[in-house]
Amino acid sequence: MSYSGGRILLSSQRQGQVSRFRAWVMVAVPLAAILFQVYVPLFFQFLSFLEMPLLVVVYFALMRRSQISGLLVGAAVGLAQDSLSKNPLGMFGITDTLVGYFAASVGVRLDVDRAFMRFLLSFFFFVFHQSFYWVMERALLGHQPAFEMQRWAVLGLLNALVGASLYHFLDKLRDRA
Amino acid sequence: MESFLNRYRNITVLLLVIFAQLILLAVQVKNDQDVRIIRLWTVTAVTPFARVVEGLRSGSLGLVRNYILLHKADADNRRLQSEVDRLKLENITLKNQLNQSDRAQALQLFQARTPSRTLAASVIGTGAGSSSKMVFVDRGTVAGVMRGMAVVTPDGIVGKVIAAYPTASQVLLITDQDFAAGVISPKGVRGTLKGLGTPLCKVDYVAFEEKVEPGEWFYTSGDDRIFPRGFPVGVVKSVRPDQPYKEIYVAPSGMQRGTEDVLILLEPVHQDVPGTPIASQPVFIAPPPPDSGGKAADVPAAAPAGAAGTEADKLRGVYKAAGEAQGLTVDGHTFAVGSGPKEAYSKLPDFTKLSQPGAAGGRGAGTGQGQAPPVGPVKPASPSAAPGTPAPPAKVPAATPPPGARPGPAAGRASQPGGGPPGGIPR
Repeated sequence: MSYSGGRILLSSQRQGQVSRFRAWVMVAVPLAAILFQVYVPLFFQFLSFLEMPLLVVVYFALMRRSQISGLLVGAAVGLAQDSLSKNPLGMFGITDTLVGYFAASVGVRLDVDRAFMRFLLSFFFFVFHQSFYWVMERALLGHQPAFEMQRWAVLGLLNALVGASLYHFLDKLRDRA
Repeated sequence: MESFLNRYRNITVLLLVIFAQLILLAVQVKNDQDVRIIRLWTVTAVTPFARVVEGLRSGSLGLVRNYILLHKADADNRRLQSEVDRLKLENITLKNQLNQSDRAQALQLFQARTPSRTLAASVIGTGAGSSSKMVFVDRGTVAGVMRGMAVVTPDGIVGKVIAAYPTASQVLLITDQDFAAGVISPKGVRGTLKGLGTPLCKVDYVAFEEKVEPGEWFYTSGDDRIFPRGFPVGVVKSVRPDQPYKEIYVAPSGMQRGTEDVLILLEPVHQDVPGTPIASQPVFIAPPPPDSGGKAADVPAAAPAGAAGTEADKLRGVYKAAGEAQGLTVDGHTFAVGSGPKEAYSKLPDFTKLSQPGAAGGRGAGTGQGQAPPVGPVKPASPSAAPGTPAPPAKVPAATPPPGARPGPAAGRASQPGGGPPGGIPR
């Protein structure tokens, strides 16, 4: 990939390299993320703030740079999350679908190989995820959840920190062929 | 058309996927039914991994904690400490086993003690979502678990099964905002326990005039048909007066020692709520005042003739007038006043010849005037005696309560098992 003077905006879509992953990576990583969220907070309560499935959706959407691929990964992971929650199916599904779509759209335009850019995008999509889920809960389910923007911002920063590190590790699983 | 779809392919797919999920969501919300097959697939796919991970964790935890870490810490004098390490390893492993067996023993004891049929289960996962208050347990429909069953620990209730799959079940914890259960205090105060999404729960719908104190326990009332009556729920942490219902916050007792191992109530059996006051408690009656000399008749005798009586007094006057009209002395009657010579009646008055109120003559029993006769003899410490009433001595007719005096509520309760109302009119 060629950078033009360290700019974060790509001058053309061709500059953005599409990352490819093996099939087992595309299955195992989201599954591990869901398993992490289901299992790890049992013993480490303080880790329950981590939205691993969301971070994985953002990563695959950014790196694949394909909007359809991003939204399908988001829909699959979101529906799996819904299945393991008490909410009706579709709440996480719709939210993660939108996150996947928008992340892929951003990935086409921005140089997402930079750690700082990944940090910013992870933070933004976490806050977007929480806000949109809040809207859906009010609009579609008629619930009255609390609007906790400050809490989301803090959790977004923590998730972004973890996300930036996680993406560095996931880069090693990219298909180099 | 084809070029249009190609040009807007991405947004078209996005709209289709979103629309499909919206339809899915709408169907569930409208019919209040779940699309079970999708959940079944996901749970069946995820829970085996959770079981494997849990097995690996529990199996290797002792090794990691008790050998590798110690091994690393004692690297300098490994040779000299090897024997100590080995003993420590054995010791800690045995302690872990003892701890586990303690927990298992507590569950077994509880299972043996409770009349309900229970099924032990281990928690193998939590719900997805950072604010989730639900867990997965490793027992499902194969083991007989059904949706709606109660989940408890020896310390109290934990939650209820909201979905049962073949190998696992989903349990909604009592701290979840959607959780509710009927509760009752030992004083009989009823309410509805609601989760708040925090470690504390709220007891709602308790009227502000009810008396609930911090430190008081709440138990399941059995009204919700999920939890059997008499299981501990939690202890009251704070009570705030509010209209129309009190704000009562309760610390759940069932989750205080963690929720690694739980019991699912397959066949719940109702139990008594501990500490509930018995309806027929004995009532203490103080001895008579020393200056009365055991003559309880002094008190009613001093009552003014014109004092207004109750309806019961008027009725009693009618009976008394009937007895006098038939030539039977009042003092000899069982409801007579005074401590004079007790001459038992050879026969009872004929109460079929009662005068009409107002026509009884004499002291106008029907008008509410005249001295009210006392009630019949009452044994001391009898449950029919009202608190606050001067206590009669043994075998002495009870003193008439002062005008306007009414028996307290305890008297009503206490009188029930005695068979007769307090201070009943003699037959």
